[in-house]
Amino acid sequence: MLPAAVSSVDALKADSPKVWPEFGTNEVVHWEYGEAAKVETLLRSAHRVVKVDLVNNRIAPAPMEPRVVAAKYDAAEGRLTVWSPTQGGRRIQMMLARTLLKMAPDKVRVISIDTGGGFGVRSKMFPETAMVAYAARQLGRPVKWLGDRAETFVSDYHGRDQINHAQMGLDRDGKAFVLKVETLLNVGAYLSENGLRLPMEGGGRIIPCGYHIPDFYFSVKPTFTNTVCTDTYRGAGRPEANYLMERLMDKAAETYGLPREEIRRRNFIKPSQFPYKTHLGFVIDSGDFAGTMEMALEHSNWAAFEERRGRSAARGKLRGIGLAFFIEGAGSRPVEGMRVRFEDNGDVSVIAGTYSHGQGHATVYSQLVHEFLGVDYDKVRLINGDTGTSPEVSNGTFGSRSSMVGGGGVKRACDAIIVKGKKIAARLLQSDATRVTFEAGVFRAQTSSVTMADVAAAARDPNKLPDGMAPGLDEYVVYENDTENFPNGAHVAEIEVDPETGVVEILNYVAVDDCGVVLNPFIVHGQIYGGIAQGIGQALTENIVYDAEGQLLSGTFMDYGMPRAGHFSHIDARFNAMPAKTNELGVKGAGEAGCCGAPPAIVSAVVDALGSYGIKHIDMPLSPERVWRAIQESRVNKAA
Amino acid sequence: MHNFNYHHAADIADAALKLKVTVEPKLLAGGMTLLPTLKNRLAQPSDLIDLAKIDGLKGISVEGKEVVVKAMTTHAVVAASTDVRKAIPALADLADGIGDPAVRHRGTIGGSVANSDPAADYPAGVLGLDAVVETNERKINADDFFTGLFETALKPGEIITAVRFKIPDRAHYMKFRHPASGYAVVGVMVAQYGAKVRVAVTGAGPNAFRVRAMEDALEKSFAPASVANIKIPAGDLLGDIHCSAEYRAHLVNVYARRCVEALVK
Amino acid sequence: MEYNVQMTVNGKAVSGKVEARTLLVQFIREHLRLTGTHVGCDTTQCGCCVIHVDGVAMKSCTMLALQADGKSILTIEGLAAADGALHPMQQAFRDHHGLQCGFCTPGMVMMGVDIARRLPGADEKTVRHQLEGNICRCTGYQGIVEAIMDASAKMHAAKA
Repeated sequence: MLPAAVSSVDALKADSPKVWPEFGTNEVVHWEYGEAAKVETLLRSAHRVVKVDLVNNRIAPAPMEPRVVAAKYDAAEGRLTVWSPTQGGRRIQMMLARTLLKMAPDKVRVISIDTGGGFGVRSKMFPETAMVAYAARQLGRPVKWLGDRAETFVSDYHGRDQINHAQMGLDRDGKAFVLKVETLLNVGAYLSENGLRLPMEGGGRIIPCGYHIPDFYFSVKPTFTNTVCTDTYRGAGRPEANYLMERLMDKAAETYGLPREEIRRRNFIKPSQFPYKTHLGFVIDSGDFAGTMEMALEHSNWAAFEERRGRSAARGKLRGIGLAFFIEGAGSRPVEGMRVRFEDNGDVSVIAGTYSHGQGHATVYSQLVHEFLGVDYDKVRLINGDTGTSPEVSNGTFGSRSSMVGGGGVKRACDAIIVKGKKIAARLLQSDATRVTFEAGVFRAQTSSVTMADVAAAARDPNKLPDGMAPGLDEYVVYENDTENFPNGAHVAEIEVDPETGVVEILNYVAVDDCGVVLNPFIVHGQIYGGIAQGIGQALTENIVYDAEGQLLSGTFMDYGMPRAGHFSHIDARFNAMPAKTNELGVKGAGEAGCCGAPPAIVSAVVDALGSYGIKHIDMPLSPERVWRAIQESRVNKAA
Repeated sequence: MHNFNYHHAADIADAALKLKVTVEPKLLAGGMTLLPTLKNRLAQPSDLIDLAKIDGLKGISVEGKEVVVKAMTTHAVVAASTDVRKAIPALADLADGIGDPAVRHRGTIGGSVANSDPAADYPAGVLGLDAVVETNERKINADDFFTGLFETALKPGEIITAVRFKIPDRAHYMKFRHPASGYAVVGVMVAQYGAKVRVAVTGAGPNAFRVRAMEDALEKSFAPASVANIKIPAGDLLGDIHCSAEYRAHLVNVYARRCVEALVK
Repeated sequence: MEYNVQMTVNGKAVSGKVEARTLLVQFIREHLRLTGTHVGCDTTQCGCCVIHVDGVAMKSCTMLALQADGKSILTIEGLAAADGALHPMQQAFRDHHGLQCGFCTPGMVMMGVDIARRLPGADEKTVRHQLEGNICRCTGYQGIVEAIMDASAKMHAAKA
């Protein structure tokens, strides 16, 4: 068997096997931000410097639907149709057509009818997709490939797998002013589509997260290893960034003898500082970080925790409470095509460049069309997931973007429809467009009125249109924004550790999120719950493990700890909504918030529970044995 | 999955005959272990002989001081049996915690015991409740039954027909679930029969085993403190990426003590 | 060699020829074209394939089609009333946002019905424990647990 480099740390050692011997090193690139020398000087000047060394464990996105591809080639027409679960087929179509199969894009159609979970991994082009498509074209026959779960574990890209070494310098008052972060990223054996960029662009854009720290140096070394590639997985760099900041803040609290909430209060970006430009040049428009945290403290009854700790102790359990504040960057690549179309039967179709694969877009877009145009909710249909019908600009759904780009696109299309509708209504009502009002689906001029349906019908009849106006009321917009949005939140986890077994049980979980304007609380809560579940999974049960030879040891659900219903308690999710000022709906993304907040909240809680043992940190996942071992080691240390 | 021939056995004699005349046969009970094994191509039997249609292999009865569970009785049936609940609540609890509800609806005691899967629950029950495994040919004492990892005293052609559990004065079963699979990492059955105590462990080792040192200590004094300091050597135990042998050894101690605590409470 | 198999699926008698190794879920999906029952793993862990066999929940990925010979099968397609009215469990999943991508949902719903029948009025902790063999990656289980508790109460009330 060939020698293998499995971890990024090992891969950078001089004598490590080289994944690509022709490069002579496993280091893909060394990226830096900031002035290293200045930051070193500042750190030396600090009243205190706190340090953390963290493993952000490799995890599997593991959507419940394993990967599947079917393809059919119509030789006479020269058309290729590919069915596969994706997060938006246009990119797959373009890559298949232009790069891989050298076909005209309009001869390649990618259809995702239902996608059984995306989580970032289903936005990617995979070799099997290309191979199945190629085979179908070569053979002239339909070809189908069903990946089973074991295959999915070794071929779906993994997530996270960073090593973070971070130092933060604070002044006498516990105010941080300088931050240095050195990150190793395990990219796997090849360069995936986005994996390389995640620490710097994904996470770096929001570091130092919710806190104002004027000086920052960031070093990122992506590293080849003999493992599956890593790439975007729910959060894609932001969970790692928030995790390291929150571990630093807890460390600082401990160092200064301050409560964990107090050290954060002293360092939050204040509302008066908005718009706040991050080191990498992103502008955070709004937020109420301290207020959001206070809500979480209040709803978790943080102040009275010690009494609950005592009750658990009486039962032989170690109770702990943990706090995490996080900030997110949502709505990446803010360009999307959205079409609103009036059908002959009175229905209205939203033809979306986004692609709903569980996010409930049909619900939310219908709600918006109803709100903006007064069309019955039940008459609105969502059409998406097929490059044969989707708008020309169709980026899909990822990065918590669809509320802003999809919702915003619906809004802009509806606005244009109303403008045009007023002109048509004016003619029908024998009035002037400037005197026509529109509300709740009805155009009015003086005492007479027509409905949106009347106007839509009239729009089809050239005789009823103002001179020179093109028929039809449909609108297509390419939504564009020059910025993302910045959801944030404070999560509190309360747990109990069984000191004899190391088992962590979650007793209470409070999430206060600022997702901006909440279009539909049901849908947003669903996203928050799901994100938290995946974050708790990373913190407690999930871990991709390779042996020294590069053999995957956690390649089935027998070995990979998928969180189950029994791992959680009821989640108490609330909002502290600060409308985003940079998009017309005021929305901020919700999809990835949970998995940013949960890992640091859980680790903080467990470390709090184990305080009496002098335990300051345990790397994720906090599996029973790891917690038990930490307790054993602390006992040995105490005895020594 | 590799293909195979499939047969229904009309009765036990028919099953025994089919075992003899086929090349590399396997008995199919609930299939909860066998089918995943076949799906992963870890076995390649020539023939499966399905016992499902043998009515005589199903049912539960209390006979004197024994509970008799016929081989094709499912875990769900054992868990829901008022007879079992009354006679040996620990056995009902054990059955009620195997796998998940869907698995309990299909998995059978005979299949579980015959397989000697180290992560199965029933072996701790069989060994701890001093059971006798009845086959079409003989009766095998629990102490002689589990011989190794996926190995038992069953001879080729032998078919389990029932498991006969001795009703204890009191007994308790607890298990530590595997963080990923949910199977038993350590399952401990503590049972008391007059002056005698049995402590049986599944999950931790290659096959279920008794902990004589704990039994001796509990026979002297049936109290949690008696087992609290009895360590199990980790050397013979299993380990995986979630639970090392050392950790399992520790858990045996914790769970044995907790069983006793539950019984004296 | 092929074997004849016959069973009742969603109230209809069906039959077919299968290999011995044909899993019940393959028979349901590929022979009967009832694709609501899903396969999410290879190790009997995820529960996406849960159906009812003679009225109780089972994992159709870990049964041979031949083991279902002569049995009565209910899949997600047969759960709603003939007039299309959703089963209370389906309605509850809808009411409580108990699904997102929908892949685990058929198994969850079928398991939910089974839990509700066996343990009417089960509390949250019990329901969570009973879902040991069903994995969802999207919802964090919150809506699922709420849905099962709600439907369970309604099914029980309707019976009484």
